[in-house]
Amino acid sequence: MQKDIKRLSLILLFAPFTLWILLLVVLPHIGMVILSLREKVAPRVYEFGFGNYLEFLHEPIYWNTLIRTGSMSLLVTALALIIGFPIAYYIAKIAGPRARGGLFLLCLIPLWVSDLIRSFGWILLLRETGVISSFLVWTGLIGTPVEFLYNDAAVIVGLVYTVILFMIVPLVSTLDGMDNSMIEAGYNLGGNGFTVLRRIIIPYAMPGIVAGCIVTFMLTAGSYLTPILLGGKNSSWFTEQIYNQFITRFNWEGGAAFGMLLLLFTSLVIWLGLKLSGQTLANTVAKS
Amino acid sequence: MLAQNKTTPFLLGYRLYVVTFFIFLAAPLISAGAFAFNDSLFPALPWQGFTLDWFFGDTEPKLGMFHDRRLLQGLYYSFVIAIFVAALSVFVGTTNAFLFVRGDFPAKNFFYIMMVVPLVIPGVILGISILVLASDTANMMERRFAIELEFLRPGILLVVLGQFSFIATITSLVITARLKKFDETMEEAAYNLGASRARVLRTITLPFLRPAMIAAGIVAFLVSFENFNTTLFLVGSEAPLTITMYDRMAKVGSTPVLNAVSFFLMVGSGLLALMSVLIQRDKTAR
Repeated sequence: MQKDIKRLSLILLFAPFTLWILLLVVLPHIGMVILSLREKVAPRVYEFGFGNYLEFLHEPIYWNTLIRTGSMSLLVTALALIIGFPIAYYIAKIAGPRARGGLFLLCLIPLWVSDLIRSFGWILLLRETGVISSFLVWTGLIGTPVEFLYNDAAVIVGLVYTVILFMIVPLVSTLDGMDNSMIEAGYNLGGNGFTVLRRIIIPYAMPGIVAGCIVTFMLTAGSYLTPILLGGKNSSWFTEQIYNQFITRFNWEGGAAFGMLLLLFTSLVIWLGLKLSGQTLANTVAKS
Repeated sequence: MLAQNKTTPFLLGYRLYVVTFFIFLAAPLISAGAFAFNDSLFPALPWQGFTLDWFFGDTEPKLGMFHDRRLLQGLYYSFVIAIFVAALSVFVGTTNAFLFVRGDFPAKNFFYIMMVVPLVIPGVILGISILVLASDTANMMERRFAIELEFLRPGILLVVLGQFSFIATITSLVITARLKKFDETMEEAAYNLGASRARVLRTITLPFLRPAMIAAGIVAFLVSFENFNTTLFLVGSEAPLTITMYDRMAKVGSTPVLNAVSFFLMVGSGLLALMSVLIQRDKTAR
């Protein structure tokens, strides 16, 4: 009787989980794989084949966009780590206990604001009639207004801004759990600041670093708004290609293939990152 | 500590860096919000004086956000979608928490990873994959049985499902973390005192989880409200606010009314976020 109840409740608990994962994650992706393998041979006539993927390989603009998206995402991830780590360290270890909570909350504020508004803010700052340009003209540093928008640097600044919180939050929570005496021991054993950082702090923070990098990379590679709004017409982001295939050209087969490629690509990078750092998905992302 | 053994200039430089970083964080938000109050037709310098027209103005060209039908409609749809997503995600998050903290079944680790996976799938891909499955199903039903399933076409339901598919992971993680801290002897004590399972759940376990459930609900609401990537592919004629705003920005060009909406949303989500922080701190600080 007791055992039956346990069984029943387990099944009842499993039901929502299964419905969710099966209907909204597993089946849609299977459907997408099948769709991506359908080749259009004539109007309304389809055949099984790898045509959609071959088209990707034959058209340099497609794979160039994917490579560009990937390399820029890696750059953004690296920048977010380099800029974010000192901030996380400051919040977790240097700030006083009172300031700590406040600074952490301040860090989270942009998280609660839509991507759209953040990009909009950057547009207002960077464009030709924008705040920075007007300010520089006013100070006399430049003679005529300058367009800071619609170039790769603007895209990178916007992306770093959008994702850096997802780097800082896991870093703060891992660094927070680190015992200060470990750092002191490092100094007592004669290490200088750099050695302590390299041999003690970074290895300890590794799960947080990996978690932050995974989420950051994934969000960057999958982002749509920031590259398009800040990069303008020639942002060439891969998600834009997917959107064009799906909505503009109504070529769902091609779009599904592109979606699979992006998914495979990001999964591959994440898998490599996990392998190289010796971490698992469960003890990094799931913890933050 | 890293900085203590260093001379003061190092620490000073470090502080300066932190301050610069926070200016960097605040700059675009301030510029997005501040121009809502500029008495000009364009969100740009110079400053033309203070006005509230972009909120309350009722005539063109300075039509304020509270008189703009399409923006208000977007706000309404966003609100409806976010409420459904939050309710569904909290429910599934709670059952998942019980499943993974209390349940004992084979391949638990595998299922746990499956639960986390939606968070690392790009939102665009979640959107198109759900669009593809729903359309395929609808097309098949139409061809085989001549039944038109309108709800599987892009629209509110698909938007809710698409957002729910990854927001449920967030709520599950938040509520699971809380349930892990639960002291099971409290339940045992209640059983020993003769309480039934349902009663223990209602009077002991769920009240313990409540702060996490509320906080998770607020997070789900906000994430849903600001979502764009997944929504973009699933949206029908009832466009939520982010989509309406994006259309404005891309097609019409920006006017300070968008700043007014931005300001409104920032204040709203700021208050909600503060609430979730207070709720969690209140009960967990022991």
